[in-house]
Amino acid sequence: MSIDATSCKPRRGFMDKLLRRGPLEAVATTIIAVGVIMLMQPFSLVLYSWSFATTLFGTVMFIIVSRVRE
Amino acid sequence: MNDLSASSQIAYRAALVQPARVHRIRGLSDKALAWLFITPTIVLLLAINIFPLIWTIYLSFTNYRANRPNVPMRWLGIDWYQTILTDPDIWAAMQVTAHFVIWTVLIETVLGFGLAFLIDKKFRGHGVWTTIILLPMMLSPAVVGNFWTFLYQPQIGLFNYVLAFFTGSGASSFQMLGDVTLSPWAIVIVDVWMWTPYVMLICIAGLRSIPDFIYEAAEVDRASKWRQFWSITLPMALPFIMLAVLFRGIENFKMFDMVNLLTGGGPGSTTEVASITLKRAAFESWRTGYSSAFAIILFVTVFGLANIYVKALNRVKSR
Repeated sequence: MSIDATSCKPRRGFMDKLLRRGPLEAVATTIIAVGVIMLMQPFSLVLYSWSFATTLFGTVMFIIVSRVRE
Repeated sequence: MNDLSASSQIAYRAALVQPARVHRIRGLSDKALAWLFITPTIVLLLAINIFPLIWTIYLSFTNYRANRPNVPMRWLGIDWYQTILTDPDIWAAMQVTAHFVIWTVLIETVLGFGLAFLIDKKFRGHGVWTTIILLPMMLSPAVVGNFWTFLYQPQIGLFNYVLAFFTGSGASSFQMLGDVTLSPWAIVIVDVWMWTPYVMLICIAGLRSIPDFIYEAAEVDRASKWRQFWSITLPMALPFIMLAVLFRGIENFKMFDMVNLLTGGGPGSTTEVASITLKRAAFESWRTGYSSAFAIILFVTVFGLANIYVKALNRVKSR
């Protein structure tokens, strides 16, 4: 008779893995960085126009997700 | 015997007095004491940081002008934000800022890390050299601005003479601060001169945090110095380098004093970074509502970058 030790481990779903502080903070940080790049890039005025909204969204998201469980 | 009785009497009195004193001190709980010490700071913070910020956010939605305080304020909504975010001149100012930020941060990081790598070798007199290298960082930006304006003088400036000596051209044949092509680089040179030591300091901290046994293990594995640098030194010092990059990036994004002293945004608008444009809108055109909206845009950008900075700082701390 063999005992399956792995069956005792709690299973985590994909969403459970994703909705943690680490990945969410990484997403927010990327959005902020993209917003800053959009603000300073010399190629498109449209991108420049949307830069503030992007940075603001990223910053608000960062503030919210930094309260999410580890 | 008398001494003993005297001392025992003193001890007896002390035993009587002490509980009462302790009781008086304990009249304030730890929490109350903490609030007592923190309250002045909080009040000061609210008065000089939080209130002006909220007031600026409010003004950014109005047509308020600080030179016409009696004119009634009109609510404009997000009009100023739309104006600023579709204005090609502001966009150009952002690109000037980007040029300044990218080049200063890039050069400072490369030079700073290189200097840190050399200083970390602990050669003879490395302490004196560290102090000498750190000197520019200790000066006030106002002093540095005036000092370099003098150095950049086409007729008597030392910088022109040194450059002329190496290039063979006439010392007065070019103007570092008056030329459209050279003036952005003149500011980059001054910032690099002043703030490379700071990057070096952070990089030294990173290099000294690498344990020696890792290098010893690499030596045992017969890894070359080049391999050790790419596989140990650089990856392990990278969080510190990132920290320096972020800090200098944020600082240079809102750079004002040095640019204002050296060129004032000129010639034309070639060195007009965002903070200079903001100052002109706020205190030369007196468009307070407009400049408040611009300030909020810059603030959100810096705040967003500061979040990344704090995250990088925590990563460094956790090592």
